Amino acid sequence: MTTTTSTPTRTARAAAGTADYLDQRTGIGVAVKTFARKIFPDHWSFLLGEIALYSFITILISGVFLTMFFVPSMNETVYNGPWPTMQGVEMSEAFASTLRLSFEVRGGLLMRQIHHWAALIFMAAIVTHMMRIFFTGAFRKPRELNWVVGFTLLILGLAAGFSGYSLPDDVLSGNGLRITDGVVRAIPIIGSYMSYFIFGGEFPGQDLIPRLFTVHVLLVPGLILALIGLHLFFVVLHKHTQFPGSGRTNSNVVGYPVFPVYTAKAGGYFFIVFGVIALMGATMSINPVWNYGPFDPSPVSAGAQPDWYMLFLEGSLRLMPGAAEIVIAGFTIPLNVIIPAMIVPGVLFTLLAAYPFVEALATGDKREHHILDRPRNRPFRTAFGVSLLVAFFILVLAGSNDLIATHFHLSINDITWTFRVLLFLGPWFAFYITKRICLGLQRKDRELVLHGHETGRIVRFASGEYIEVHKPLDAHERWLRVQHDAIRPLEIEPAEDSRGVRRKGYRADRIRQRLSEMFYEDRIDPVTPAELAAAHSHGEHDVLEPAGAHGELTGAVGGGQHFVAPTDETHPEKRNR
Amino acid sequence: MSNHDNGHEATTDVALRDTTGPDRFENPGHPEHHPRLGDTDPKANKKAERQVVFLFTISILGTLAFIVAYFAFPPGETPETMRRSNITLGLSMAFALLGIGTAAVHWAKSLMNDHEKSEDRHALRSDDATRETAVAVLKEGAEDSAIGRRGVLKVSMIGALALFPLSIVLPLIGNIGEDWDVSKFKRTMWRKGLKLTTDPDGRPIKASDVTIGSVFHVIPEGLHEEPHPLDEKAKSVVLLVRLAPEDLKEAPNRKGWSYNGIVAYSKICTHVGCPVALYEQQTHHLLCPCHQSTFDVADGAKVVFGPAKRPLPQLPITVDDEGYLVAQSDFHEPIGPSFWERLK
Repeated sequence: MTTTTSTPTRTARAAAGTADYLDQRTGIGVAVKTFARKIFPDHWSFLLGEIALYSFITILISGVFLTMFFVPSMNETVYNGPWPTMQGVEMSEAFASTLRLSFEVRGGLLMRQIHHWAALIFMAAIVTHMMRIFFTGAFRKPRELNWVVGFTLLILGLAAGFSGYSLPDDVLSGNGLRITDGVVRAIPIIGSYMSYFIFGGEFPGQDLIPRLFTVHVLLVPGLILALIGLHLFFVVLHKHTQFPGSGRTNSNVVGYPVFPVYTAKAGGYFFIVFGVIALMGATMSINPVWNYGPFDPSPVSAGAQPDWYMLFLEGSLRLMPGAAEIVIAGFTIPLNVIIPAMIVPGVLFTLLAAYPFVEALATGDKREHHILDRPRNRPFRTAFGVSLLVAFFILVLAGSNDLIATHFHLSINDITWTFRVLLFLGPWFAFYITKRICLGLQRKDRELVLHGHETGRIVRFASGEYIEVHKPLDAHERWLRVQHDAIRPLEIEPAEDSRGVRRKGYRADRIRQRLSEMFYEDRIDPVTPAELAAAHSHGEHDVLEPAGAHGELTGAVGGGQHFVAPTDETHPEKRNR
Repeated sequence: MSNHDNGHEATTDVALRDTTGPDRFENPGHPEHHPRLGDTDPKANKKAERQVVFLFTISILGTLAFIVAYFAFPPGETPETMRRSNITLGLSMAFALLGIGTAAVHWAKSLMNDHEKSEDRHALRSDDATRETAVAVLKEGAEDSAIGRRGVLKVSMIGALALFPLSIVLPLIGNIGEDWDVSKFKRTMWRKGLKLTTDPDGRPIKASDVTIGSVFHVIPEGLHEEPHPLDEKAKSVVLLVRLAPEDLKEAPNRKGWSYNGIVAYSKICTHVGCPVALYEQQTHHLLCPCHQSTFDVADGAKVVFGPAKRPLPQLPITVDDEGYLVAQSDFHEPIGPSFWERLK
């Protein structure tokens, strides 16, 4: 790591000296040699995870600022600051310090708003990043474990958001905690004790804000930081996945080096994310607790929504009919709370976490996958993901049913009933429609590969026949549409051997085959070279030399599928993305 | 066939053929590199450089503007000054950050080498020799410790490690739930003769002041003198309504719980505990704004819609000698959300 110019400048000598000092003590040269020019592929959707990371750093920076002024205490005090409507109001020190932070600390309100907006963006980025991973199959071997790490980060993000949301001790978040108390109490047998465990006695008690504070500034961020480290370690270890395209294979990674391209792009992107969040904090008011007032168990306002990532739980609670609460042998089992607040999210999250393993079982392949799937080429997965999302968004909308009612002048009862029905029908429709769309897109790809682009050029033959000339795809365009494997359902050994003896393990195999059929029964195979040749060979009787020859397709002309050479090459950027 | 830049020894173009059978197309290899305008035209290159410099300058100006805004616009005493402080600080900060961000990205995209490079991947699995050595090393270690042969030692070690966390968990569990007396869920501070007073100022309510159709948000007398007023308030808030006698349906065993058409119900929803605060006079319906459980006040606060199952508990009331509304007793059932031992 030394500079070898004949007359080194002062700076160069200083740099060399520092590098030598560090390397002798850390051997950092090896790390620099390995990682400085490491290649990462480029795609806009790879930025989603970066947004999550950078908004988290923004949260850490603004959060440290906030802890300097926030007082996590439920002791009662009387407000006596500049905000007129709260003059003389009794409130907790937590709420009073939030007001002080907002109105008296210079830049405090900006930091509060940046912190809150960044938290919302953090969760949104995690969810969309996860969608990207899901729909492109980036979770396949060897990345299943990293999917689980990412999933855990999602759950921790929810915990971080919820614990932070409640800290100002305002009436809105207080009612959120009250709902939490109601949900926790619903747990059979230990519910009441769990409530005491959380609140240190009865709701709201004296302990909750300090406890939430520790959870919010120490426990959860510590875990998130550790898991982000693990998450990124895996990314480096596995090397990043890449979208299919010419020159990209399962055994290479094509892109740009970390230094200097990604140092500049990713480093710059951090400032852009932070800058956009600062812009939001400057111009868009969020959680104006000074309008809500301090927590009091009595008042509540309509149209009170939690932060967006908790809305699905709220919607789930709103949809469940009350009749589900039952009493067995004198013990109350409030299924009207247990089902929507525990079982429904439990099912959604379990499906999400377990999906890579279920798909691996159905696919039965043990290869490493580094080339991403185009969503259309995996119709079952894409349809399944969309149906999960639809269920999630129906619950989110149901969590806003009162706002829908007041904005559109509809009956809240009708809306609730509509969502109750939709929650069961919506995902099925979404699954069916998405799968059809995927298969349709795959057929379109086949059609395009076999018959080329329509050119709009109509040619009349001497015989009087009119044909439209088609332009065949060039090799790069074609590769994108034919590179994938068409996975077939698993084949299993027959139930009985040649002597008619029933085979052990047949039932398990049969279940696995059924699963596999569910995934891969409906499929469209990619075009093979033989099929393409066959498509080009018919209609030889037409005599039209295409203007300019191109590859093996020279002179391939057919009735209705007449080719010309590609005259304007599609730009590779557009073609492969 | 590659136009790729192999500027570094670690990055090489690799064989581009996938493991494809004869039925598969072959990967056509890296597409041709298209130079940017700035790669061929020195003027465009210089222009891009000037743009990057301009963006960095914007950032510097943004930071300077932030410092000026910090001193020039204190949050002050009025909403307008607070808003001005926030927006000037925020906008200048956004410029400071976005300037750096866009400059760096523009630099990377327009001026840095844009030749894609290719790097090999290697299977993650260790080779067989490494695996065998790893297993051998572990075996050797296990033999050195002799843990396989010393069963009692193993059991005692596991026992010690498994039991030790109790010394942290026990005091934590012991203290974290205060006194763990969950029967407090079943009692509130209401008792015979306690006056109903208005929330939040605590004025007693005369029965004669309650007109038909009016609603009072009620707290028990002396709430603020309790050791933990919020804990008590969270259980004892009540909603008081006077209905026209012909509208009021009363169960036979509750005939004596109202006074002159005035009924009092717990304000804590039986679903998950939000305050049921929205009263609609025409229909006598009480709506919980959190999850829209709807209760019919004229008919024992029974649930007419939504996720709650049970009616709101009724507080038996009467008047004292001076005509003030008072409670006859505590609620006859636990208020608020359901829990396992609620009826025990």
